[in-house]
Amino acid sequence: MSGSSEIIRAERLGFKYAGTDKPAIQNVSLSIGRGEFVLLTGPSGCGKSTLCRCLNGLIPNFYQGEISGDIMVDGLSTSKQLTSELSRHIGYVFQNPENQLFALTVEKDIAFGPENLGLSRAEIRSRVDSAMHVTNTVGLKDLAPYELSGGQQQRVALAGVLAMQPSMIVLDEPTSFLDPKTAEEIMSAAEQLRQDQGITILVVEHRLDLVARYAKRIIVMNKGEVVADGGLEETLDTQFEMLTGLGVGVPRVSLLWAMLRRDGFVTGRVPTHVEEAADSLSKRLGN
Amino acid sequence: MGENGAGKTTLAKHLNGLLKPSSGRVLVDGEDTRKKSVAQLARKVGLVFQNPDHLLFSESVRQEVAFALKNFGYPADVIETQVKRTLESLDLSEYADTSPFLLSGGERKRVALAAVLAWEPDYLILDEPTIGQDYQQKERLRNFILQLYSQGKAVVMITHDVEFVAECNPQVVLMSKGKVVGSGSADRVLSSDQLVEKASLVKPQMAKLFARLKPQGFPGDVVDVHRAKMLLEAKLVEVKGSVPQSP
Repeated sequence: MSGSSEIIRAERLGFKYAGTDKPAIQNVSLSIGRGEFVLLTGPSGCGKSTLCRCLNGLIPNFYQGEISGDIMVDGLSTSKQLTSELSRHIGYVFQNPENQLFALTVEKDIAFGPENLGLSRAEIRSRVDSAMHVTNTVGLKDLAPYELSGGQQQRVALAGVLAMQPSMIVLDEPTSFLDPKTAEEIMSAAEQLRQDQGITILVVEHRLDLVARYAKRIIVMNKGEVVADGGLEETLDTQFEMLTGLGVGVPRVSLLWAMLRRDGFVTGRVPTHVEEAADSLSKRLGN
Repeated sequence: MGENGAGKTTLAKHLNGLLKPSSGRVLVDGEDTRKKSVAQLARKVGLVFQNPDHLLFSESVRQEVAFALKNFGYPADVIETQVKRTLESLDLSEYADTSPFLLSGGERKRVALAAVLAWEPDYLILDEPTIGQDYQQKERLRNFILQLYSQGKAVVMITHDVEFVAECNPQVVLMSKGKVVGSGSADRVLSSDQLVEKASLVKPQMAKLFARLKPQGFPGDVVDVHRAKMLLEAKLVEVKGSVPQSP
């Protein structure tokens, strides 16, 4: 099925964690195409991480609870596959990088996945080197993960996922522990992987300003359901009030424009990044 | 503020005595931290870790928030009132009987904050408080911090979130490679190319925007969206020579 242009298909997907009363997600239907760069956002506790856990099979294979509906990833049904098999198709960089680092050195941690695929020594070497190069972790290779800062850990976690060469990577709030410069580097590294290797990217993020340059599509969740799914620029422009009402961290330039537009000072589409806003404002201010 | 690995968290751990300086000294209320235990210092200085999982261990959110109060020997009725109030102020009441480990990352972060705020320390150190928080939660947090500040409490916040800093407008200290490399008011620091570069930050979007609008005669130190709106409105009216039209 890897020839299909669709990498994720969810139909009426729902999940309720054992020991809780209400479902964490319900009635989620969506399709993600190969090579897309998608942003998943929504208020804290809306079910974003739960949806991600369904994509890589941690739900239902690891987390206890009741799953309903269907979910296919790279042509595989997640409930019928081992998580280890799914990890060759979809890589997941956890919100908290400490949860996925365990080896005694960074290099060994990154090599762990490829070693368990039974690859040749040369292939493992080349994958680890390339992953360290892309994530700028070469200088950290002999350090222990616990010696690293949060941001460095996040880059190592991403390297470990990259070394598996998956078709799709899910980054769950990848920039939360990162300084702004490193955050930009991780985002542009993800975009580079998409362009060069056609890897599908799904980023979970509260702050749209970090992702708006790369993501063409936005999926918004609230209370366990998908409440918007469409082009990022168009959604920001037409559903601005809904997004801010849900607490989505819209780019500040978009907010500025929307406020000026509301009060009648400007007209036209809400800009998604600084350059666009500067051009539009310069035009209106004349030179 | 400063890049990953700059030493921000290491410095923060000196403020409540978790780390004692190997040279120099740290004074809290005039007293040398080397002569005090962490338990003594903790009553004054509350430290909320970057990673909530380093702090959380109780079976319910309520127990977590009550833990320190119990250790300090407060009577049961005071503990109950204090826990209730803290949970309400951080929008956590509905999770009082839930295990912290069943909550989302952003929610766990707020439980960790509640567990420290409950005993009302005089000084509060927040290591990356906005991680995993949506915009509404950040607004709530910002108001909360400003409220503590107005009560005369000192708040030290470590964060990479330049937009959050732009909106709080505190004094900013920049660190890089274990040293302080600059300081000043948020609008001055975050609009300075030189300082931002030194600390591996990026400018907030308003600072980037106004750097581009400088030829139109705008000031160079705009970092927050409300001041930006005021300045632009005045200029747009001046240029158009007319009052705004309704959309």
